[in-house]
Amino acid sequence: MASGEVKDSPRRDPATGEYSVIAPGQTFRSVTEKITRIVLTPTTPLGWLAIFGVGGALATMLLVALTWLFLEGTGIWGITQPVAWGFAIINFVWWIGIGHAGTLISAILLLFKQSWRNSINRFAEAMTIFAVVCAGMFPLIHVGRPWLAYWMLPLPLTMTVWPQFRSPLMWDVFAVSTYATISIVFWYIGMVPDFGTMRDRAESKFAKYAYGLCSLGWRGSVRHWARYETASLLLAGLATPLVLSVHTVISFDFAVAVLPGWHTTIFPPYFVAGAIYSGFAMVLTLAIPLRKFYHLEDLVTERHIDNMGKVMLATGFIVAYGYAMEVFMAWYSGSHWEAFMMWNRMFGPMGWSYWVLVTCNLAIPLTTLWSRKLRTSIPFMFFISIVVNTGMWFERFVIVVTSLYRDFLPSAWGTYRATRWDYMTYVGTLGLFTALFLLFVRFLPMIPMSEIRTMLPGARITPKKAEEASD
Amino acid sequence: MAAREGIYGLLAEFDTPGELIRAAQQARKDGWRRMDCYTPYPVEEAAEAIGFHRNKVPLITLVGGLMGLTAMFLLQVWISVLAYPLNIGGRPLFSWPAFIVPAYEWTILFAGLSAAFGMLALNGLPALYHPLFNAPNFRDGATTDKFFLCLEALDPKFDLVEAKKYLESFQPVSVVEVEY
Repeated sequence: MASGEVKDSPRRDPATGEYSVIAPGQTFRSVTEKITRIVLTPTTPLGWLAIFGVGGALATMLLVALTWLFLEGTGIWGITQPVAWGFAIINFVWWIGIGHAGTLISAILLLFKQSWRNSINRFAEAMTIFAVVCAGMFPLIHVGRPWLAYWMLPLPLTMTVWPQFRSPLMWDVFAVSTYATISIVFWYIGMVPDFGTMRDRAESKFAKYAYGLCSLGWRGSVRHWARYETASLLLAGLATPLVLSVHTVISFDFAVAVLPGWHTTIFPPYFVAGAIYSGFAMVLTLAIPLRKFYHLEDLVTERHIDNMGKVMLATGFIVAYGYAMEVFMAWYSGSHWEAFMMWNRMFGPMGWSYWVLVTCNLAIPLTTLWSRKLRTSIPFMFFISIVVNTGMWFERFVIVVTSLYRDFLPSAWGTYRATRWDYMTYVGTLGLFTALFLLFVRFLPMIPMSEIRTMLPGARITPKKAEEASD
Repeated sequence: MAAREGIYGLLAEFDTPGELIRAAQQARKDGWRRMDCYTPYPVEEAAEAIGFHRNKVPLITLVGGLMGLTAMFLLQVWISVLAYPLNIGGRPLFSWPAFIVPAYEWTILFAGLSAAFGMLALNGLPALYHPLFNAPNFRDGATTDKFFLCLEALDPKFDLVEAKKYLESFQPVSVVEVEY
């Protein structure tokens, strides 16, 4: 457990000095019932239906936007010369970044034995998968002829054309597809024992069949558990370098180009930190309403919110360092083009976007997240999460647009203006994400029961004598 | 699996992991081998108690990862050098540093899939039917809050009456016969 806890907290175990992140008084059965009841109830809450309706409507709008795109081509978007990468790439990087916090919570914090993550890892992983679904769509539709997207795969085609492996765009294909696959496998394997619980607690015949099939016949043999634990740990160990590599590869899409503002070595670490920063913000955006709506305050406690605030503070400062280095290198490189790019980024016609980013990513969160009082204030943390999500979207906007619209030749300068189709596609993916997430909350156990059980007092193995004495 | 007749084993139910572990340790010491414990969350000590120390998942993962690495690297070399050589800014055809990234990703992809499917295969899953599901108290408990020790009829020491008496000496909540 992290140090610096309040020493006289009632949640602190006097014997071991460990600080429980789960509220006291929970047993194996009470936790199981609390979590399964959300899914196994036959009545769907009205609030769920309302939000699902909104998400579904926006997802339908996405379908409309995509249909028109497929009929007309990418000309319906605001992309043009010199800004050939517009909303599609901004949204792609933004969504993938959001996904990264899920993997960080499920994999990296597992390796660091941060057991507080057990309450939030399942829905953080779900968030990852749905974010990757939204992200993966953008490069596909951005290629213009998505029905030829399979050309990016090394398939033995009849015209004997093969992919060009020296391009970072090609690396992206492998990074993102591996990321999606491994995230889904990790998520599903994590749910198998919980599907067993759902199968055994389901009332309706259909639910029994469905969860029974998904559980693959899990019966909790300790031999199975031992292999399962090894596999989970290995998957976590593999997902960790994977998540770091995915945003690194995405930053190569920019950094390998020779454009001022893109061609920097700071990009990989700065992209990864930014991804985690925005991802934790999205976890908070989702977790805060969920715990309230489903009365999970005992399982997702203020301490979780507090810890996530700390992670955001740390990654926020790495991002701040990245911004500072960009400005420093623009001056220190002595490159006329770099210096102009940075001046134009700050004070050019689109300078406002840079200052939105500085306000949302640096000024507001990095001054307030120091305070424990503010970090444990639920409304404030919800506000901060929205601010950081906005700021990180603008970061990608700044990187993509303000590096492109005034490059080397003034005669080639232009501007960028997104069209209604750009906005519809972006808002549509927000709707799709919401709809998918709500389906997950309604039909799958959103908190990993088997992992929560290991943290309960009942899981402590007491010596024989103590147990007899307590009888 | 062919349908079998008779008894699969005897299932003792415990309320706490501590009791289960002590019973399992004693049974192992007394010469029982065909037995298993069932718990609602991973209890490493119970696996140790029945003599299950190491598993093959790490080896399978390593082999899978190396296969992914080799496959992707060779594929890229074959495509870029032999099948479809492209002159990109005069770079050498065998520009191996550029091939590292996809090879790295496939190492992780294959290793991860090997870990997941290897674990399932070693566990004999999916197996939608198992005799234990016939036990009346198993399904409510094993995935929620009970701890089970099962002595299987295939063990040479197994005798229904004797084994039942033996299990009852651990003072479990119940001992039930499990039929195929």
